[in-house]
Amino acid sequence: MKKERQKIVKQKGVSYAKWGYLFLIPFFTVYIIFSLIPLISTFYNSFFENYMSGLKRIGPNFIGFENYKSILNADLLQYMNNTLIMWLMGFIPQIGVALLLAVWFSDLRLRLRATGVFKTIIYMPNLIMAAAFSMLFFTLFSDSGPVNNILMGMGALGEPFRFLSSVWATRGLIAGMNFLMWFGNTTIVLMAAIMGIDGALLEAAAIDGASPWKVFSKVIIPSIRPILIYVIITSMIGGIQMFDIPQIFTKGAGSPDRQSMTLIMYLNNHLFSKNYGMGGALSVILFIISAILSVLVFASMNKDMVKRKGGK
Amino acid sequence: MKEKRDSSRLLLNMRRSISYIVLVFLVFLCLFPFFVLLVNATRSHPDIQKGFSFIPGGSFLTNMVHVLNNENLPVLSGIVNSLFIAGMSGILATYFSGLTAYAIHAYEFRLKRAVYLFIMLIMMVPVQVSTLGFVDLMGKMKLMDNFIPLIIPSIASPVVFFFMKQYLDSTLPLDIVEAARIDGSGEFSTFNKIVVPIMKPAIAVQAIFTFVGSWNNYFVPSLIIKSNSKKTLPILIAQLRSADFLKFDMGQVYMLVAIAIFPVVLVYICLSKFIIRGVTAGSVKG
Repeated sequence: MKKERQKIVKQKGVSYAKWGYLFLIPFFTVYIIFSLIPLISTFYNSFFENYMSGLKRIGPNFIGFENYKSILNADLLQYMNNTLIMWLMGFIPQIGVALLLAVWFSDLRLRLRATGVFKTIIYMPNLIMAAAFSMLFFTLFSDSGPVNNILMGMGALGEPFRFLSSVWATRGLIAGMNFLMWFGNTTIVLMAAIMGIDGALLEAAAIDGASPWKVFSKVIIPSIRPILIYVIITSMIGGIQMFDIPQIFTKGAGSPDRQSMTLIMYLNNHLFSKNYGMGGALSVILFIISAILSVLVFASMNKDMVKRKGGK
Repeated sequence: MKEKRDSSRLLLNMRRSISYIVLVFLVFLCLFPFFVLLVNATRSHPDIQKGFSFIPGGSFLTNMVHVLNNENLPVLSGIVNSLFIAGMSGILATYFSGLTAYAIHAYEFRLKRAVYLFIMLIMMVPVQVSTLGFVDLMGKMKLMDNFIPLIIPSIASPVVFFFMKQYLDSTLPLDIVEAARIDGSGEFSTFNKIVVPIMKPAIAVQAIFTFVGSWNNYFVPSLIIKSNSKKTLPILIAQLRSADFLKFDMGQVYMLVAIAIFPVVLVYICLSKFIIRGVTAGSVKG
């Protein structure tokens, strides 16, 4: 009887496999048309001279790696540098504040009240339209905007400070917006990680009389290391994609003097001017950078999984 | 001994005070921009020019009427377009990601592991790196200035798939599927009538995230949409920014930003518990 049933199940298993494939069709059809073919064609385009000169299209002519050479000789390094600086200026406070809050929220001895309300508020900016948020900051920090009004009213400033004409004020505000949008998200992710730490470990540390700093540096940080790495690398991948905020904030110019121009803003310029060769080369470079970062994510996650399995 | 305990209690109280001060400061940072936005959206242009005030004005409706009837900015159709695109994306992304996740979860087939690995790999590829080819292809397919390139691609959403797969792993025992088969349910209707209802909580959370992501999306729509009547809200905001903004009625500027931001905030306030739980659902299990 049992054997017979197994046989039926097995037979059915074979015939059911086709449903598995069938249900995958929509996803893969759409993926191939709207992502994979465009990705391949982007790579292909990067080897051709193909741009608009006035109303006339030059190319496409095969030129090998010339696009890569000219884009590396252009301002690419400057824009990479801008992106990196603005990412770091936002990310360092982001991870610092998020770690602090995550530890506080999950500290049972501290017993903070109303953590639910705090979490709700600090996560909110993450869902806001970046373009609108950036427009809002632009109006707030414009020469005759509310921030200048308030500062002058308090007597802190004699005349309006022109935030958008200063390189570091502009970079700082862009980084500040990124910080505001992401520190709540990071806090919640890190908090979940800290809650997952074995309670006995923390208790043992408390019984041994470890100071909060010792518990933090010797118990909490090593235990959440994999998720910390995950957060850092995914944020880096997000940082490479930085676009909406600086684009709206500086009207696409990366002003002042292109010191806040990011990589994707540069790509956007090539897309608008229809310079497919240079745009393609830039896309491929961005693809390679994010692929390397993704491999690092997977490596860190797998290591964690091996460890967990080995430990238990 | 007592002294020691007192001092440690003092220390704890001090730490608690410091954490409250830091938290209140961060809450202030998060809320202040929105507070200014709310106040200024209710004030008229001359009032705003006079300087900042903490008291709301009485021009909320005037600003609203003006911005909705602005001849240069099709705001009303922008709202409708954004709602339509984001709504459709939310529905398609969750339904088809659920279907894809179910295919991997419930069936045994040879390429199963390879397919799963492939989707996990493409999850990390930024959209921007294939945008050049995407815009080029849409041009060749005569889909420029059309909503299709903004809606259909959400059928293949690796991140939503990942969440759905995690959810199925923890909630759908295969016995249920087996039982449905014995009762003579077809495979596709098993998915629609049994699996989708079970997945409702995950679908709701992911639909919200996809909706918000699409509502906020600026990069791709700005490259695809050309005509005024098809523009979405982020494009209108960018347009407002690149117009000579000092000539604008500032009351309208704040009102448009408020229209783009506050619907999402309202939904968030109603469903925040739900949403915050969704943030950690996928990332931590890893």
